[in-house]
Amino acid sequence: MKRWIAFWNIMLKDMRAYYLKPPNISWGLMFPVAWTGMFFIKSGRGMDSILILLPGVIAISVLFGTTSMLAVTVTFEKKNRSFERLLLAPIPLGLLMLAKTSGAILFGVANAFVPIVLALFLTDLSQIAWITVIPAIVLIAIVSTFLGLFIAVSVSEVFEAQTFSNFFRFPMIFLCGLFFPIESLPALLHPLSYLLPLTYGADILHGAVNGKSSMPLGLDFCVIAGFCVVLFAISLRNIHRKWIV
Amino acid sequence: MDDDRALSRARQADSLIIVDQLTKKFNAVTAVNGISFEVHEGELFGFLGPNGAGKTTTINMLTGLARPDSGAIRIAGMECTRNPKAAQHLLGVIPDESNLYPELSGFDNLCFCASLYGMQKKERRMRAGELLKDFGLEEAAHRKFAAYSKGMKRKLTIAAGIIHSPRILFMDEPTTGIDVGSARHIRQLIAELHRAGTTIFLTTHYIEEAERLCERIAFIVRGRVVQVDTIANLLQPIQQREAMVVSVSNAESDLCSRLAAEFPHLEFQAVSLEHIRVESSEAIHIAPLLRFIENQGAEVTEARRTRLSLEEVFVGVTGIELDAMKKEKEKSGGGS
Ligand SMILES: Nc1ncnc2c1ncn2[C@@H]1O[C@H](COP(=O)(O)OP(=O)(O)OP(=O)(O)O)[C@@H](O)[C@H]1O
Ligand SMILES: [Mg+2]
Repeated sequence: MKRWIAFWNIMLKDMRAYYLKPPNISWGLMFPVAWTGMFFIKSGRGMDSILILLPGVIAISVLFGTTSMLAVTVTFEKKNRSFERLLLAPIPLGLLMLAKTSGAILFGVANAFVPIVLALFLTDLSQIAWITVIPAIVLIAIVSTFLGLFIAVSVSEVFEAQTFSNFFRFPMIFLCGLFFPIESLPALLHPLSYLLPLTYGADILHGAVNGKSSMPLGLDFCVIAGFCVVLFAISLRNIHRKWIV
Repeated sequence: MDDDRALSRARQADSLIIVDQLTKKFNAVTAVNGISFEVHEGELFGFLGPNGAGKTTTINMLTGLARPDSGAIRIAGMECTRNPKAAQHLLGVIPDESNLYPELSGFDNLCFCASLYGMQKKERRMRAGELLKDFGLEEAAHRKFAAYSKGMKRKLTIAAGIIHSPRILFMDEPTTGIDVGSARHIRQLIAELHRAGTTIFLTTHYIEEAERLCERIAFIVRGRVVQVDTIANLLQPIQQREAMVVSVSNAESDLCSRLAAEFPHLEFQAVSLEHIRVESSEAIHIAPLLRFIENQGAEVTEARRTRLSLEEVFVGVTGIELDAMKKEKEKSGGGS
C-alpha cells in the first residue's frame, strides 16, 4: 500500500511539474499537426491519403513526445541531484522507474490522439480497427518511453540526452516503415529496420488502419513486448551500476 | 575483562547502526578505509573530520547511495551491505546540498517527500504545514523552491528529511554555509529531535558544534576513524590541565625557550609573535611568569586563562593543525 502511495505521487508529481506545463502541452499539440500538415502537403494526394499517413504520424507523435520527456524527468533530475531522493526512498528500483516512466507513457498515448482527432475532422475513420489500434498505441508508447529511459540513463547531461535521442529518432522515421514500406528501402538497410521496435508498432498500425500489415499482428505485439522488457531491464541494470556508485 | 565483554555485548544489542571494516575506493582514491563504529539507539553521534575525510561517502554507503567495496553494514538488525533498501524506511537523510525540486513550491516539495514514505494525504499536508510553521517558512510555503534563499533552502531540506519522522536521521553538515542565526536555530532543532528520541548521525567539521551537540564522536581523517568515544571520555585527559594565553609586545624571538628553561613544569608555545600559550597539568601561577617576562625586556599586555576544549583533543589525536580547520570554517562562513 505504502509503495503505491509513493508510485502514484511520483507519477502525479512528474505530470504536474513537467507534462501539464503549457510549453509541453503546446508542443504535444503542435508537433503532430506539423507532421500531418507536412506529409499531407508533400504527398499532394488529397483527403484519401490521410488514412495512409495516419499510422506514421501517430507513431512519430508518440515517439517524440515520450523520448523528449525522459531527458527532463530522469536526466535533469539526476543532474540536479533530486533523483537521489527517489533512490533513498524505500521503494524497489523497478517500481520507482515504472513510476518515473508511467507519466511519459500516458503523455505519449495522449499525443497519439492529437492526429487521430485531427483526422476525425477531415475524413471517415470508421474502417479503423480500434481494438487493435488502442493497444498498439499503448505498446508503442511504452517501448519508446523505455527507449528514452535507456538513453537517459546512458548519458549525464540533458543536452547529451537530446542529441543521443535524435541519433535514434530521426533514422527511425525512415527506417521503420512509417511513411513508405520497408521493402522500398535498399536491401542493405532491412536488417537495421527489423532491429528497431517502431518497425513492429508501425506495422500493427498500418494493419489496423489500412489492413496492410507485412507481418502477423501477433508476432508484432510479441516483438514489441520483448523490446519493452529488454530495454527496461538494461536501463535498471545501468542505473544500478552507474548511479549507485 | 569479562565485564568489558558483557558491556560490549549489551551495547551491541542496542546498537542501531553497526559498521564493520567499511571500505570505499574511487579509482585511485580510497575515500573510506576500513572504518568500524557503532551508533546506539537514541544517540546523537558526531562524525568529525576535515574536508575530503570521507564523511559524505560514509553517509552515502549507509543510506544506499553508494556501494561499499568491502565491509559490512547492519541497521536495526538488518543486513544492509548488499541490500541497502532493507532499512531505508527507517532513515531520513539531509544531504549537504539542497536537492529538492526547483519547480515545486515548498509545501508541495514537503508533501511529495512524505508520499515517498507512504504517508497518507491528510497526514502529509498536516505535517508539511506544521514544519513550514516551525521553520518560519509559512509565508514562502507556496513559492517555488527555486526562488528560496540559501538559508531557506537548507531549512526546507531539513524539513523534508524529517517529515516522515524517521527513526534514524543522517545530517551531512547541516550548518555549513548559512548565517549564525539560522545555524543556531538548526542546532536547537537537532537537540529537540534528539530529546524526542531520534537517533542522529551528524557530520560536521565544526569542532565546537560537535562538542556542544553530540554524545559520542568519531574523528575521521583521510578515510580512517582515528578515535571514537564519548565527549566526556575524550575531554577527560585535558580536564585536569590548565591553559592560558599571554599577550606580549617587544618580545625577543627566543622568549619561549627561555620561559621553558625557567619553568620546566609548564609547556610553552608561541602561537604568534605576540601570543604565547601556556599549558600545564599543574596550577599555573601568574605572578612569577609575568615578572620573568618583564625582566626579559618584554611587556605583558594581557594574560587570560582559556578553557581547554575538544579542539586540543582533536589536534592531539589527529595531528591536524587547528589552523587548517579554521581556514575551512572561514571559507564556508561562520560556526556558532
Ligand atoms: N563520486 C566520487 N568519485 C570520485 N571520488 C570521490 C567521489 N566521491 C568522493 N570522492 C573522493 O573521496 C574522498 C572523500 O570525499 P567525501 O565527499 O566523502 O568527503 P567529506 O568528508 O564529505 O568532505 P567535505 O567536508 O568536503 O564534504 C575525497 O577525496 C573525494 O574526492
Ligand atoms: Mg561531505
